[in-house]
Order: sequence, then structure tokens, then C-alpha cells
Amino acid sequence: MTALDSFREETRTWLEENCPASMRTPMPEREMPWGGRQAKYPNPDTKTWMDNMASRGWTAPTWPAEYGGGGLSKQENKVLQEELGRIKARPALTSFGLWMLGPALLEFASEEQKKKYLGEIIRGEIRWCQGYSEPGAGSDLAGLQTKAEDKGDHYLVNGQKVWTSYADQCDWIFCLVRTDTSVKHDGISFLLIDMDDAGVEARPIKLISGASPFCETFLTDVKVPKENLVGELNKGWTIAKRLLEHERSMISGMGMGAGAASMGGMEAVAKENFGAEGDKIADPSIRQAVADHKMDQQAFGLTLKRAEAEAKAGQGMGAAASMFKYYGTEVNKRRFELLLDLMGTQALGWEGEGFDKRELAVTRSWLRSKGNSIEGGTSEVQLNVIAKRVLGLPDA
Amino acid sequence: MAFVLTEEQTMLRDMAKDFFTEQVPVANLRKLRDEESADGYDKDVWKQIVELGFAGILIPEEYGGTGFGPMGLGIVMKEAGRTLAASPLYSTAVLGAGLIMAAGSDEQKSALLPKIASGETLTALALEETNHHNPLNTAMAAEKSGDGFTLNGDKKFVIDGHIADTLIVVARTSGAAGDAQGLSMFLVDAKAEGVSVTRNHMVDSRNAASVSFANVSVRAEALLGSLGGANAELESSLDLARVCLAAEMLGGAETVFDTTLDYLKERKQFGVIIGTFQALKHRAAELFCEVEICQSVLLDALSALEERRNDTPRAASLAKARVGDALRLITNEGVQMHGGIGMTDAVDMGLFMKRARVQAQMLGDTNFHRTRYADLGGY
Repeated sequence: MTALDSFREETRTWLEENCPASMRTPMPEREMPWGGRQAKYPNPDTKTWMDNMASRGWTAPTWPAEYGGGGLSKQENKVLQEELGRIKARPALTSFGLWMLGPALLEFASEEQKKKYLGEIIRGEIRWCQGYSEPGAGSDLAGLQTKAEDKGDHYLVNGQKVWTSYADQCDWIFCLVRTDTSVKHDGISFLLIDMDDAGVEARPIKLISGASPFCETFLTDVKVPKENLVGELNKGWTIAKRLLEHERSMISGMGMGAGAASMGGMEAVAKENFGAEGDKIADPSIRQAVADHKMDQQAFGLTLKRAEAEAKAGQGMGAAASMFKYYGTEVNKRRFELLLDLMGTQALGWEGEGFDKRELAVTRSWLRSKGNSIEGGTSEVQLNVIAKRVLGLPDA
Repeated sequence: MAFVLTEEQTMLRDMAKDFFTEQVPVANLRKLRDEESADGYDKDVWKQIVELGFAGILIPEEYGGTGFGPMGLGIVMKEAGRTLAASPLYSTAVLGAGLIMAAGSDEQKSALLPKIASGETLTALALEETNHHNPLNTAMAAEKSGDGFTLNGDKKFVIDGHIADTLIVVARTSGAAGDAQGLSMFLVDAKAEGVSVTRNHMVDSRNAASVSFANVSVRAEALLGSLGGANAELESSLDLARVCLAAEMLGGAETVFDTTLDYLKERKQFGVIIGTFQALKHRAAELFCEVEICQSVLLDALSALEERRNDTPRAASLAKARVGDALRLITNEGVQMHGGIGMTDAVDMGLFMKRARVQAQMLGDTNFHRTRYADLGGY
């Protein structure tokens, strides 16, 4: 038996004993394991599962063991994921700390910072949010104005962040702040702020789709200890860019196929609303529109698979990666527009009688999908990135 | 699924790329056109293609081929498409070899495949009768007479029809236009009595012909595949050819895109490089996405053929339609972004656009394949 085989066997046995039965069932949204100081656990097994996995560092399987991570090799992690998939285990911890901040800390933070923050993330003790965008700094993120003034033993932070996801439920925020006003990109620093500190206030933002996870976060005379600066002073932009890459790859794969699937598939919705002749959608123009969309969706799915295959073959993600965010979110938006066409008035209910749950969810998801091509870099910004980085077209 | 080429396939691609770039550049097509070549292809080039083993690339070694399979064929077709290389590859190495391998008897295979691989015999598929591809609409009659058949009817858009030695003719032995049953294929000598071939000069300066059959007698052995049941054999070979066309088309799209991108980086107006304009940058980036999406779709379709997957027809329709849409956009944008010079015969944009429209009609345009994709998807 190879070392990998015995790792698989040992993992399987451990999971059998440590993954509670209810954690092997589909996860309702209210049981998402976000962790943090304000976490509520409507199902106590969620916490047990998180703690069990964290005790082995398996909430962050490939992070170094010295910081509390699993210290697994790529192959071992693959085995772990396969074994988790085999028993249909829920994620033990979902967290921006794991997906975004952690990788950046591993690359840029000091030894002390890694020791303190990575462990908290791995154990799900601290829930992090991202303080990047500002009212005046959206696509032009580097135009941010939130100021951090050097006051000797601390920074004094003043400004406003927007689109801070889940800020009202988070414990800490990683922020881009301006530490030099005389230059643009080279005057930005990366700062960690405890949201319990005086002067931090988060207010939820209501979107066109109704409620949302987004907040605006106000920072008023917040005193932040100097040791909370990550990386060098005025070198925060480098960290920010790296983090954005993680975010973009996260969004591009988000919600593909959702919406239509809950309604039994695009074809079924079309037949239900426009009738069927034999097994064909009766209305030819609707049929063409459905086929057109399904072709685009399949083509995009194949491109994701190709990128995966190229990565495995050691060819890097290839040029294709830069188009995922753009193409994926545009296809997603088109899917919801088509669903609206197919469902007619039933996709236009807001709440109450006359609409079932799935129909109401389509309405809200359609509205929410408009944000996909804005958040994490607009489609226009993505096209700029492709033009510049991939195609080598010159700046004006 | 093979989204990444093997080492062997990569070598084949590099070899094909070098060959077509160096030996068969677009200038080769211009020369054929401007000198009004009667053949419409360069015999020396064809000889080299045969020597490289491309003519028999689909054909197993036992019949004198190189046996690279559909993936190998697709790789070569794409490189040929990059330079608009005019040759009988499509009519003979793709359709001829494909149909005979799929439907031929042992005798037919032994007689024809080695000659295709060696470049001695050129074939052409005589299928289309109307303005739009639709094999089931075949009306041309093949009536039983004695122990053979008599063929009567007219075929159009027969690619390489006027240079072919052997015509593969699709005709009806029973049923009426529209029926799936009743189609049969026949191997007909292009010089047989009653066959008249007229070359048609198409916008792409490549080879097409109209072929009339007036009481053409063929013997029973001329039947290729089953009597009245040719539809299935035909469809599988047509899918192979559709994917190969998509490969050739994507090759063309790549050249147009690369050339246009170069132009955006060198052309100056208002004192600046026009590639600095965001209106053009975004469009260029969108074209890039289209090319990338098409690469995935093409590789998937070639893998489907290679692995004989059940969803091959759907993958083939996806490839032909999706690449067709992209190529139309890219050739139109190629002309537009080149501006006035793009309208001149001196640059290649127009040649690629003309070829693209002919390719679009070959074996079904985007509408045909979108509808077929829906049919096969059960909606």
C-alpha cells in the first residue's frame, strides 16, 4: 500500500467518526458555516463539524501545519476532497478569511501576523470582510480616499467603504487605506481593523433585488495599532491585486446553471409556457433562443473544463482564464433574461400570493444577476484587462 | 476528454503549421485565382500534402494511411484554414476517406482507400440539390435496372466536383424528399456516360461544381453502404466533416484575429495607435473570448469523434454553429477594424470573409445546426 493509499484509508475512517450525519445532507442557507464571534448555530452539528475539521487543520488543508493548517500535499488534499465528496459532506467552514485573506497573509504578512490571524481563520473564530470599494472608488479602485494617518503608535483611520459583504455580521475587516496622498497606486496600504473598535459602523444596503449581504462601512477616527499593517507601507496595491484574482475566479463560477435548474430546466419551462409539438418547443423563435443559450452555456462549461485540463498538464491557466469573469457573468445574465421571457408574468412576482417560492426566487435572482458583471471588476474592466495583459494593446 | 494535445499531436500540429505557412501561404490561393487555374488547386502542393501523409491521415495503416484519426485530421484542417490552403483535403481526405471507411465494403475499401492515401484518386460528394444543406431533402432518383441502377438528377455545390475522379452520389432508391429512409450512396466514375460537370466560380475562389446525371448506369457494386439506409452512414461521416470544417474555419478565424490585432497595434490616426482606443480594445477582447470559446468547443467535438461518444452529433452541431457564429463576427470585424484598406483586394481580410461565408453554407449553416442541436437535445 502506498503512503497515499494509507492516507485515504485513515482519512475515510476519521471522517466516518467525525462527520456528524446531518452534515452529510444538503445545506440550507441558514446553516452556512460562516463562523465568527456572532455566529449562530441553528444546527449544533455545524459547530461540531467545524471544530473537528479545524482540529486537524482541514478547514485549510494545504496551509502549513505550523500555523494550524492541514499541511497536506496537493495529492493528499485531492484525496481528502474526494473522501469528503464521497460522503457528501458539507463544507466545514465557509469564509472570506479562507478564500481571500488567508492566501494573501501567507504571501505577504509577518511571522507574528501569520501566527495570530491564520489560526483564528482556520478555527472559524473570526469572520472577515473586505473593505475595498468606496463611494468614489469603484472601477477606479486605486482612487480610494479612506485615510490612515500616522499618529506615532497608531494609524488614525477616517473614511467610508461600500459593498462590504456581510460587514454587519463580521468581526474584522481587511482594508485598503490611503497612507500617501501625493501618489495614487503607491500611496495605498493594507490594514487589518477590528470592527469592535470605536468608530466602526456597518449599515446594510438594500439592493434592487431586496435584501442583500452588502453593507456600507463607516470609519470615523478609528485608532488602529501599527502592527496591523500587512506588508510594507504604501505597498498595499500589490496585495490588493492578488486578492482580486481570488475574488474574480470565485465569482465567475458562481451560480452557473442555477435558476433554470430549480424550475426543471430551461426546456421544460419553455414547453410549459409555449406548448410542445411532440418533444419540441412549439414556438420556433423561443426554441431558437433556448438552443442558442444552451449552446453558449455548454461552450462556456467546456472552456472551464479546458482550463482545468491545461492547469493539470502544467500549462498554467492559459490565456482563457482572463475571460472567465467576463464571459461567465454575461452568460449568467442572459440566462435570467431568457427565463423572464419564458415565464412571463410568473417571473415578475415580488412576494405573497400568486407565485410559488421558486418563481419568486427567479425574480430575485434575475435582479441580483445584474450585479455579477459589476462586482469584482465590471465587464468593462475585464475587457480592459484582456486587452492589456493578454492582447498587449497599448494604453492611451 | 482531450483538451490538451498529446506530444504526438503537438508534433503533427507544428509540422502542419510549418508546412502550410511556408509552402501554402495565402499568396498561393491568390495565384490560383489570378492565373485562373483550371484545376483550382496546386498539384505540386497536393503532392507534398500526400507525402506528409495528410491525404491518408484518417485511413488505417493496413490501407496505406497514417491512421492519426479524427483529432489528427482536425489538427491538419485547422492549420490549412489558417492560410486558406486550396487542396482536395476536404473533399478527399475528409469526406471521401470518411464515407468509404464508414460505409464501404472490404472490396471498396481495398480498391479506394490506398489510392486516396497515395493521392492518386480524388473524390467529391454529390449531395446538395437545394440552396440549403439538408440531406433528407434529397430527391434525385436512383432506379433499379437489371442488376444495377440508373441515376437521374442534378446536384449543386459539389466541392471539388470538377477535379474528382470518383463521385460519391447520394440518391433516392425509395421514398420521397424529406424521408429518412430510402437514401442510398453510389460510387460513380466522373467520366461515366451521362455525367456532366460544370465548374462554378464561387466567391471564395475555391472549387465547386454542378453535376448533372442523365440516365447514368451503374453496376450493383457501385452501391456504397446499405440500400435505402444510407442516412445513418452518411450522417456519421458528415459529422466528421462538419467538425473538420469547424477546425478549418477556426484556423481562418485565428488568422483574421491575429492580423487584425497586429493592425490595431501599428495603425495610427489622430496621432496615436488606434489600439489605444477603448472602443476598439473592448471589441478586440470580445473577439479573443470568442476564439477561446471556440477552441474548447472544437477540441470537445474532435474528442467526441475520436472516442466515438454518443453525443458526437450534438458536439458536431455545437462546433459548426458556434464557430460559424464566431467566424462571421470575426471576419466582419476584421474588415471593419482595418478600415478602408480592409475593403481592398490587396489585404487578405476579404479573402477570409468570402471563404467564411462559403464554409458557413457547407454541410449546414448556423441555423441548421442550432435547430439540430435542439432536436438532439429533445426540445
